[in-house]
Amino acid sequence: MSKSSKNKSTPSLYPQLAKSPTGITGLDEITTGGLPKGRPTLICGEAGSGKTLLSLEFIIRGALEFNEPGVFMAFEEKADELAMNVASLGFDLKKMQAQGKIRVDHVHIERSEIEETGEYDLDGLFIRLGHAIDSIGAKRVVLDTIENLFSGLTNQRILRSELVRLFHWLKEKGVTAIITGERGDGKLTRQGLEEYVSDCVIVLDHRVIDQISTRRLRIVKYRGSLHGTNEYPFLIDEDGISVLPVTSLHLAKQVQTERITTGIPGLDQMLGGKGFFRGSSILVSGTAGTGKTSIAGYFAAETCKRGEKCIYFSFEESPKQIIRNMHSIGLNLEQYLEAGLLNFHASRPTLYGLEMHLVAMHKHIKRFKPDTVVLDPITNLITIGPVGDVKSMLIRLLDFLMEEQITVMFTALSLNTIVNEQTDEGVSSLVDAWLLVRDIEYNGERNRGMYVMKSRGMKHSNQVREFLITDEGLSLVDVYLGPDGVLTGSAREAEQLKEHTGQALRDYALDRKDREIMRKRKVLESKISSLQTEFESVEEELNKVYMEEELRKEVMEKNRKEILKLRRETVAEKDEATAKKPGKKK
Amino acid sequence: MTPVKTKKAWELRLYVAGQTPKSITALTNLQRYCEEHLKGQYVIEVIDLLEKPQLAEGDQIFAIPTLVRKVPEPIRKIIGDLSNEEKVLVGLNIRPA
Repeated sequence: MSKSSKNKSTPSLYPQLAKSPTGITGLDEITTGGLPKGRPTLICGEAGSGKTLLSLEFIIRGALEFNEPGVFMAFEEKADELAMNVASLGFDLKKMQAQGKIRVDHVHIERSEIEETGEYDLDGLFIRLGHAIDSIGAKRVVLDTIENLFSGLTNQRILRSELVRLFHWLKEKGVTAIITGERGDGKLTRQGLEEYVSDCVIVLDHRVIDQISTRRLRIVKYRGSLHGTNEYPFLIDEDGISVLPVTSLHLAKQVQTERITTGIPGLDQMLGGKGFFRGSSILVSGTAGTGKTSIAGYFAAETCKRGEKCIYFSFEESPKQIIRNMHSIGLNLEQYLEAGLLNFHASRPTLYGLEMHLVAMHKHIKRFKPDTVVLDPITNLITIGPVGDVKSMLIRLLDFLMEEQITVMFTALSLNTIVNEQTDEGVSSLVDAWLLVRDIEYNGERNRGMYVMKSRGMKHSNQVREFLITDEGLSLVDVYLGPDGVLTGSAREAEQLKEHTGQALRDYALDRKDREIMRKRKVLESKISSLQTEFESVEEELNKVYMEEELRKEVMEKNRKEILKLRRETVAEKDEATAKKPGKKK
Repeated sequence: MTPVKTKKAWELRLYVAGQTPKSITALTNLQRYCEEHLKGQYVIEVIDLLEKPQLAEGDQIFAIPTLVRKVPEPIRKIIGDLSNEEKVLVGLNIRPA
């Protein structure tokens, strides 16, 4: 326990290798802080791989951003030429030289002018460099490229021992140095400079694959420091060098639970009724002409409608084309363009390599700070690079966008319907939501069906919806699930009509039945009432008989009593007891 | 080419860095050759770069010792302790190759 906690706090316990930040986008990231401070670094590569520019940028940025003056000792190019080269990157080398921030010393070695006789050393170079360093208090030094000494001088033995001395001397001086070297056969440099410079070695490479060139950078060694070991693509553009770390090293991004609408109510409905998560990535794939761009256009328009900003990267159509085409489905993108909410960037994929595309997108995104980004379509990028490269580029773009909490929508063309479970770029596993638009060919017509292949973290519909593109816009309609399966388009309409007819007929039939029942009821009811009256009359009849019986009984009783009374009057009082008995019996 | 033999037709400059054995050897060698071949027609200027480092850039000096023939033109440079007389004389164009 105590050991591990100690290990974690090492940075504060032991002095670590001090680093000198280069200020070059991405390079400080993969070197975790820059080049080793006070030590020489070797940068080697073929002709035209960007060695001089990288080292010059190191000096210039050091002077401008880190207040570390630098000496650039050029063995190849003259100071004027160098100034011209960096002027295109927006650096005024002459002004910086005048301000004493940078010193450029051109060492001219002309073999035809030089004769060697006997022993010599390179003290002249040391003195020159030392003077340059001391005159501006330089912290950074570049020797570009010292190998030219070998072509100008013949005594290799002296040169080699002098080089060893030079690098020791540089270390003693405490300057952070870059030594550039041309790449040799089987070796990193022609003269084996790597033997002398062993603290940090960076190899630059310039490869052309399928007529598209990509520059790459690799840190071969970096003593005493962690560093990225991969080959990192880099490029040179008007802002200098940008190195792109292939992937972000950790998957620890902020997430949001806010939802944003897709612009198509039916689609929102399919996505749990609320749309996508903010900051998520959405892939819309489908075969040609299924309306991917329209979906993307709606998404962009919806973003602008909310007052947010959107960048639309188009690799197929020009902005004007897209705007015109969107008009046909009732979408006016022009207003958002004018309001500054929408930004179009159209470029042919073959215009430049993948990395350049990535960096261009990075830059546009950094500059415009959009809330959503549309890439339409990513499939076209495949024409300029192998699948693996495209994927790794998209991963990097996704990483970056997630970091920035930007929602991104890709469209991808599936080339045939059989493999539509997989997109060519293999990004389907990376995205958060995947919508698939596909053709449904049935009954002599082609219709579009849409479904949600996946949508991470939300309830989403598993139903295929028919995707309609009309003059009024996009909408999703439930497909008709009939006895013959899923029906779309006119077949669906016909089926629906048929259903309507059936309904009407059924309704009518039902009506008739109802009436019949009514009638039956009436009949029965009248029957019931007649029976009722019959029953009443019978009852009355019966009652009458009963009453008569009662009446008769009463009368008879009366009569008997009368008779009894009469008998008593006539019979003597002696019979009184006998007369009581019959009375009791009764 | 035909060097014009005027007064002090040879201006030589020897760059050194302190009194190192190589520098001393170079200077003594140079003086010997000049006395032998260019008597009275030469000037030797010795520049110690330890004292005047700013001068190194002007004549494109990187090795020590370096002998620079300023006059006659074109500028020629000979680096090393000048121990090979033949090479020095050819290099300075005193003796045709």
